[in-house]
Amino acid sequence: METLHILQHYWWAIVSLLGALLVFLLFVQGGQTLLYGTARTEEEKKMLLSVLGHKWEITFTTLVTFGGAAFASFPLFYSTSFGGAYWLWMLILLLFVLQAVSYEFRGKASNLLGAGTYDTFLFFNGMLGTVLLGVAVGTLYSGGAYYMDKFNIADQTGPIISYWANGWNGLDMIAVPFNLLLGLVVFLAARTLGLLFVINVYGKPDSSAGADAPEAVSLGCDLAGRCRKQVKLTGTVFVLAFVCFLIALFTRTGYEADPVGGAIEAVRYKYFLNMIQPVWPAVVLLVGVVLVLTGLGAAFFMRPDHPVSRRSFYITGAGVVLAVWPLLVCAAFNNTAYFHSTVNLQDSLTLYNSSSSLFTLKVMAYVSIAIPFVVWYIAAVWRKMTGGGSDSKS
Amino acid sequence: MILTSLVEASRLQFALTAMFHWIFVPLTLGLGFIVAFMETKYYLSGNEFWKKTAKFWMRIFGINFAVGVATGLILEFEFGTNWSNYSWFVGDIFGAPLAIEGIFAFFLEATFFAVMFFGWDKVSKRFHLTATWLTAIGANLSAVWILIANSWMQYPVGMEFNPETARSEMTDFWAVVFSPMAMNKLFHTATSAFMLSSVVVMGISAWFLLKGRETEFAKKSMKIAAVFGLVSTLLVAYSGDGSAYQVGKHQPMKLAAMEGLYDSEPGTPLVAVGILNPEKTVYDQREAMLFQISIPQGLSLLANRRLDSFVPGINDIIKGGYTYIDNEGKQAIAPSFEDRVARGKIAIEALADFNRARQTGDTEQMEQDRRVLKENFEHFGYGYFSQPSDMVPPVGLTFYSFRIMVMLGGYFLLFFAAALYLLCRDKKGKKDFGSVRWFLYLSIVSIPLVYICSQAGWIVAEVGRQPWTIQNLLPVQTAVSGVSASSVYTTLVIFFVLFTTLLIAELKIMFSQIKKGPDGIK
Repeated sequence: METLHILQHYWWAIVSLLGALLVFLLFVQGGQTLLYGTARTEEEKKMLLSVLGHKWEITFTTLVTFGGAAFASFPLFYSTSFGGAYWLWMLILLLFVLQAVSYEFRGKASNLLGAGTYDTFLFFNGMLGTVLLGVAVGTLYSGGAYYMDKFNIADQTGPIISYWANGWNGLDMIAVPFNLLLGLVVFLAARTLGLLFVINVYGKPDSSAGADAPEAVSLGCDLAGRCRKQVKLTGTVFVLAFVCFLIALFTRTGYEADPVGGAIEAVRYKYFLNMIQPVWPAVVLLVGVVLVLTGLGAAFFMRPDHPVSRRSFYITGAGVVLAVWPLLVCAAFNNTAYFHSTVNLQDSLTLYNSSSSLFTLKVMAYVSIAIPFVVWYIAAVWRKMTGGGSDSKS
Repeated sequence: MILTSLVEASRLQFALTAMFHWIFVPLTLGLGFIVAFMETKYYLSGNEFWKKTAKFWMRIFGINFAVGVATGLILEFEFGTNWSNYSWFVGDIFGAPLAIEGIFAFFLEATFFAVMFFGWDKVSKRFHLTATWLTAIGANLSAVWILIANSWMQYPVGMEFNPETARSEMTDFWAVVFSPMAMNKLFHTATSAFMLSSVVVMGISAWFLLKGRETEFAKKSMKIAAVFGLVSTLLVAYSGDGSAYQVGKHQPMKLAAMEGLYDSEPGTPLVAVGILNPEKTVYDQREAMLFQISIPQGLSLLANRRLDSFVPGINDIIKGGYTYIDNEGKQAIAPSFEDRVARGKIAIEALADFNRARQTGDTEQMEQDRRVLKENFEHFGYGYFSQPSDMVPPVGLTFYSFRIMVMLGGYFLLFFAAALYLLCRDKKGKKDFGSVRWFLYLSIVSIPLVYICSQAGWIVAEVGRQPWTIQNLLPVQTAVSGVSASSVYTTLVIFFVLFTTLLIAELKIMFSQIKKGPDGIK
């Protein structure tokens, strides 16, 4: 039992880490929102999409793996949330499908819809996709209007184990202010990181493309210069929105499950308590926030060629991962009911009633030993591929 | 009460997505290796011709890859959105394969895909070649684990039902991975994808030869595709035989539907060509076939490896009473539909009783219910049925799809053999391959045929196993989500419009890229 308990927490931490990495990798989506307004000419749009186009696959794969890991380790969450909040997930799905094809189709001749349409798809994926993902993650704290009983499967006339309590099937979650706030934070994080990424690629004073493509370097510098101006406002709003979110989260009432009997009851300031009772989540969050502020501060105030300023994208990105991870962890650690039912509290999900079995979690844990190796080769390939600086010729 | 329309809408949506997904995926599975082989030739010879050739096919690979990835995400989500009961019921079994797939395959594919496309000037030749091979391997590994999961649904092994959690739980990982059903399906699906890719390469190359363009490129591409295709098709035939044997052992109703077989006898013939009687239903006295040419004792040989053995028909399976070899290799008497339904209801009732006893803390009653459930669990899913026709898949679709698949498979064997023969004659200088115009036209016509063949295979596998999502345990009406049918029909229409648009765009882009030829690729 003890091993199961540990593995349930281990896998929630892994899924949370994937979620945190996904938020960082949403810089691709954030970059796509620069297609209108920031990138002013077709050449600039092409330059923007060429660098984002090398990375969208990793973001997309992280989303797929995040979903897969949730299915694998907490199948009851997958079943209840996806089957209940049907329309919310379907909207997210459609927005991401459009992104995948747009990168491949946009620049090709005879692409049926025209480059402008694919740009619009990418823009909406960047704007709405990030907001809706934030809304979906927000339900981990704000809950959902569902009824769930696994033993309904033994009802021969109506064996469905979970139902959404209203006909909106998840669209109602978009109207929850807390969810919308988180959606906004995710969007702002993505856009800020997108801006920093473009600055990182095209804003390098020693850009290697300079020798044989001076026009491209000039265009890249223009684009990076505009991003540098915009990141001050976007980054500041992001930080303010994030602070508002933290206040909203830490003053929220959460729900605690009795790990033995399973009964669930309300606890004031539950998420704040989750952050400080085992103190490490608060420490990790703090480190993350400091890194985000350092990265943004460097981008705002330091010279572009300063070593810290040149790494602001990676510093802010690391900060985002470290800030998001403990926040996702605290949604379910410390006996917290996550994605609780707002219509029947006792139907709520916990790590204990929603996870895969001990055997499966163990097998998956052995497999997860390979994760550092996977991260290593992704990082190595990333370095190799971005080592060449600007990439206007791709 | 679950509305039939919800189940139908959910099935339609999943079928639409899966079939659309399978338009793009098989080409990438095989083309990945063909491209890797071509790049290897470039790496070894330093000949720019092979680089140009590899880059052309890589472009075709890339266009298909994006749509394949995108539709793969839809399938993953639809497990939860449309089949939420199923997601809970099997989540514990799917967990490990999915985790392995995500960690080992998806990231491998995604990471090195970028190097393969954009890394020509950024990494060394050796690193690029490695990336191309790893992309091809990653794409195929991605298919491995989902096929293992699919095979488990057709033949659930290595699991036990846990009444405490009301779901199936994995007890033996290796039994799931190395189940004979999984091995055959894996082998059969992968090699059929290689066959499909080879036909596509042949067809596109033939178009160049007909146009009198890129002759060397086309002939060398065809040579590689013909060899790869012939070997693959032979393996498809071998693994297809193994698959049919597994179906006979574990899904007799599917095999009966594949053959349009209602009332059988020892030494069962195999229908080579036939027309089903469309008015034939379960238990009526009508003839099942309006016309047929059969191979005597063929089905007995295929299903049981014995000429005089008995392969049950649909009515036989419903009536039961015949002798068969069970999963433990022992002789057993097949239960009738009524027996199965009765035992299924006992199992379902035992689960409900177990839950009631659990709530009152009656451990003695819980143990008794657990025992009853275990004794009857193999029939669990039948408890949701009310009439014999509930357990019969759509016979016509299964029967004709099977024949289309097999006949086209046979055709492709001859096609590749002929291609190799003609290419050898060309090499010996006897006759220019480019002048055999009938064969070049045939190669182009073969492209749609190979897609029909591939889709037909999946129709046999998936329609033939209806009404089960998990064989004998979870019928479709018990696997579905509790959303409204109108919601599912709406998303079905959205997906249909989206997929149709994407398919048209994809084809237009493909044609445009093909017209550019290898010299048009930067």
